[in-house]
Amino acid sequence: MSALLEVRELRASYGATRVLHGLDFNLAEGGVTTLLGGNGAGKTTTLRALCGMVARSGEISIGGRSIARLPTEEIARLGVAHVPDGRGTFVRLTVEENLELGAISRRDRPAIATDKERVFGYFPILRQRRGQQAGTLSGGEQQMLAIGRALMLRPRLMLLDEPSFGLAPRIVRELFDILAALNSKEGVSLLLVEQNAALALDLADHAYLLETGRIVFSGPAAEIREDEKIRRSYLGY
Amino acid sequence: MELLLQQIIAGLATGTIYACIALAIVMTYQAIGHLNFAQGEMAMFSTFIAWQLLQWGTPYWAAFVLTIALSFLGGVLIDRIVLRPVQHAPVLSHVVVFIGLLAILNSLAGFIWDFNVKPFPTPFGSAPLFGNGLISAHQAGMIGVTLLLLAFLYAFFRFTRIGLAMRAAAADPASARLVGVRVGWMMALGWGMASAIGAIAGMMIAPVVFLEPNMMLGILLYGFAGAVLGGLSSPAGAVFGGLAVGVVENLAGTFVPVIGGELKFTIALVVIVAVLVMKPQGLFGRPVLQRV
Repeated sequence: MSALLEVRELRASYGATRVLHGLDFNLAEGGVTTLLGGNGAGKTTTLRALCGMVARSGEISIGGRSIARLPTEEIARLGVAHVPDGRGTFVRLTVEENLELGAISRRDRPAIATDKERVFGYFPILRQRRGQQAGTLSGGEQQMLAIGRALMLRPRLMLLDEPSFGLAPRIVRELFDILAALNSKEGVSLLLVEQNAALALDLADHAYLLETGRIVFSGPAAEIREDEKIRRSYLGY
Repeated sequence: MELLLQQIIAGLATGTIYACIALAIVMTYQAIGHLNFAQGEMAMFSTFIAWQLLQWGTPYWAAFVLTIALSFLGGVLIDRIVLRPVQHAPVLSHVVVFIGLLAILNSLAGFIWDFNVKPFPTPFGSAPLFGNGLISAHQAGMIGVTLLLLAFLYAFFRFTRIGLAMRAAAADPASARLVGVRVGWMMALGWGMASAIGAIAGMMIAPVVFLEPNMMLGILLYGFAGAVLGGLSSPAGAVFGGLAVGVVENLAGTFVPVIGGELKFTIALVVIVAVLVMKPQGLFGRPVLQRV
């Protein structure tokens, strides 16, 4: 498999504070890669740096095309759907408008309507709530909406920032089943950031372990899952 | 009774102009989070452009449409050329830019077209609309044009994809960028639209207040009062606020002897201060919540 996302020497800072100290990682086309690590390891910042939401340097390319100097909106238009920390819901707009915004950069209107139905197929609750203000949804529903909105872009790559955060275990299970289906059936590559390492390693085929802005370990997800030393010292389970 | 009704209608008619200016202010406020003090001078400048086109023999409605188009373009250019470089600058820099813009447009208009008061034609005629003189044709025209404008804006923001993108960009720029909305251009578009709305207001009010570089100063103040009254976060509230200020101003001027014609102006300031003291978010606005 060729690499869809290639990252070399990625550094990022908030003001004068350097948070990422030169990350190198790849994501295979059609693969699921997870970034693991504790609080403050730089997981969220990595996703934000990929999308140009923080000051960054280094080389980032998607399908061979460099995106390191593109602004956020142009990166999204290349098919990179970021489901951000905090879900990025447009709380005052309706559920349906939120979904339509996901496809705002697309021109193919008939296909957009089909995709909306497809999202409603994955998340039937969103169909019921389509006319409702998105801010009135529960946390789990908002996470579904965020993933649905990302799907509306027909992304090549989805960046997911803690999709399990704050959700009941049953909802989390449901959500991860859908993510697995998106990956296997629709060929969407996923870059997943999670606190819940066990969950992430189940879904992912490759994992990177971050500690204070550096990659300290990487390997196939199955290997990390079996490595008791890493599990104990870094993943806490 | 007849007088009361007449004054209310007259108040509504001028109120539509305040409503337009209030709406333009709110649109800019939604996009950039600041009040554009130059909104009135932009409208004045647009009106001078219309006057110039008319002087060159352009038919009224052609000049009307052309002026709207030029004002839209002007608004976009002001955003791109003047505001873009200072977009991350502190609030005070914005204030200074707006005041500078106000002064520049004011003196530029005076320089090009001089400060003499000029009459501006109305396309509706100034005769009473009906025999009883309750409302003049121009007042009815002002109300009609504003209603059309509001209907257009409502449909644009509610039913078009670009309107949706503009709402998203105003509500949450960071999230809008993540779905691929070109937020910078949406802001420029907002500036263009605000400028075009101001142009319409200017052309509609110029037959009443006459054309000169300072014609919009008072109207801008009433527009601010309307926007603050309705709530800076609510376009519909701004329209309501503008109309309310128009009616209140007219009634107070007519029926409260102390106020009369001279103190009418003060009412706008009183409204602004009273609203800010008692209900800072305005009648229809949302309170500003900030996470700390």
